[in-house]
Amino acid sequence: METSERTLRLKSVSYREAILRIISQAGAGHTGGDLSAIDILNVLYNRILNVSPQTASDPDRDRFVQSKGHCVEALYAVLADRGFFPSAELDTVCRYGSRLIGHPTRAVPGIEHNTGALGHGLAVAVGMALAGRLDGRSYRVFTLLGDGELDEGSNWEASMAAAHYGLDNLIVIVDRNGLQITGPTEQVNALEPLADKFRSFGYALRQVDGHDIPALVEALASAPFERGKPSLLLAHTVKGKGISFAENQAGWHHRVPSAAELERAWAELAAQRAALEGS
Amino acid sequence: MSEKRETRIVYGEALVEAGQRNDRVAVLDADLFKSTRSVLFRDAFPERFVDMGIAEMDMVSTAAGLSASGMVPFVNTFAMFITAHCYDQIRIQICYPRLHVVLAGSSAGLTQGPDGASHQSLEDIALMRALPKMTVLVPADGVETRAMTLAAAGQLDGPIYLRLGRYPVPDVLPEDYVFELGRAKWLRDGDDVAILACGHMVAAAVDAAEKLAQEGISAAVVNMSTIKPLDVASVHEAMRRRLVVTVEEHSIIGGLGGAVAEAMAEVGGGPRLLRLGTRDVFGESAVADELLEKHGLTPDGIASSVAGALSH
Ligand SMILES: [Mg+2]
Repeated sequence: METSERTLRLKSVSYREAILRIISQAGAGHTGGDLSAIDILNVLYNRILNVSPQTASDPDRDRFVQSKGHCVEALYAVLADRGFFPSAELDTVCRYGSRLIGHPTRAVPGIEHNTGALGHGLAVAVGMALAGRLDGRSYRVFTLLGDGELDEGSNWEASMAAAHYGLDNLIVIVDRNGLQITGPTEQVNALEPLADKFRSFGYALRQVDGHDIPALVEALASAPFERGKPSLLLAHTVKGKGISFAENQAGWHHRVPSAAELERAWAELAAQRAALEGS
Repeated sequence: MSEKRETRIVYGEALVEAGQRNDRVAVLDADLFKSTRSVLFRDAFPERFVDMGIAEMDMVSTAAGLSASGMVPFVNTFAMFITAHCYDQIRIQICYPRLHVVLAGSSAGLTQGPDGASHQSLEDIALMRALPKMTVLVPADGVETRAMTLAAAGQLDGPIYLRLGRYPVPDVLPEDYVFELGRAKWLRDGDDVAILACGHMVAAAVDAAEKLAQEGISAAVVNMSTIKPLDVASVHEAMRRRLVVTVEEHSIIGGLGGAVAEAMAEVGGGPRLLRLGTRDVFGESAVADELLEKHGLTPDGIASSVAGALSH
């Protein structure tokens, strides 16, 4: 394994630990979706986005909007690691008086936009991409959507606008973990054939294993996938990824681990780290 | 008397002026640009005009993204759609992060006319007023519409709701009028009653005060064009009379009447309040004047309600 890949994969282990610590101290959070999205966020913030605490207000910086705002713990873990705020602050998530509240807000350094009501982020990203074009700036706008929130019609309105305006500075990533709060997406309100839907809405589409770090780096670095079209990366993921007993369990959407579960999780993550360090 | 003008028409012209003064102004519309008059901006600055199609919620969120990236977006469609249809987007994408976005609600109120209840926005002031960080402006005439539009593109900041109508009204403000946010304009003083009005109802209130004067009733008329932040000092001043009256082309619940009732109740001990507007009902199809007549919002209707309340 290449050093850079090992470095990133070790970061993913650390981020998973940070997510579980945040959720257990807060007594609330969205474990399953955090763990399905974290490898994507890892690659974005460590390999793709030209953002840093020093350039947080640079008009040419890339933008990232996390539409699946409920998975803010994963975003906090990555932003703290990238130095946008002190890691110690992660112990205050959801506490009275903390700026690290239960969904993203612009009050937090590094966060570009408030989200929380599902289905809003893509249209905001479209606005940011349009502004970049109006301003003649070359920044790119990335947004991360959950698959459950694709039930919201606003995503499809925004997709029409993105294609209509040919926004190839827009890269939409879908965390396709197949589950939403009450069960499988295909039982709640079927999304398939999802790739065909996106293509027919005008996206240039690629599919990737959303936990395959080198594949994510390659795919995201290759955007735009086609000139004159918005890009859509359909990232196939596992809800609860990395913690065996949480994987593919809709019940872990917002379950907080018990003390015994945490012990098992620490052991599993320690084993993952040891395997990487020995590789 | 000056020529009567529709505030939505004056707004369209002022928007071009705003675009000339500020090159960060961008304009969005949802397939109604001829009616909202944003077509004038489209023709003058096509590169800063974004047609979103009939997708109002998408338009509001897109405006948030534009604002977050340094533009000053003016969002255009009918008042009913921009407020009620897009409430969640306005609340979370614009008010919560306090972005400078101007929501221009066109053809507001009963005087929308023939389209009926679905298109007659009678709750929009209440909806917008309840949102934290939102500024709510209801211009009385063409002069104030231009002043507010330029201010919204200039010195004002944060989320702004600008309520516009399609009913021709005479100018009640002087040409050299300077708009000050949160400052009501006393158009006429009077000892017996203070009539606090907004929008199309300001001109009607001025005419009503003339009629009341003929009956020996001395009525002050105040243009309460900033609904939020409310000019509470003017409300307190109004309370020095025997009666306070609010007049609006809007439900008596939650709009100007609601805001004034809250301000009066907080100090207590004053005169009674008469709220004129629609009384918890939907609109219906008719010619604008027929609807104003039905709801007692003509100069005669207002004068008669005021005289009646004073005689009790
Ligand atoms: Mg999901």
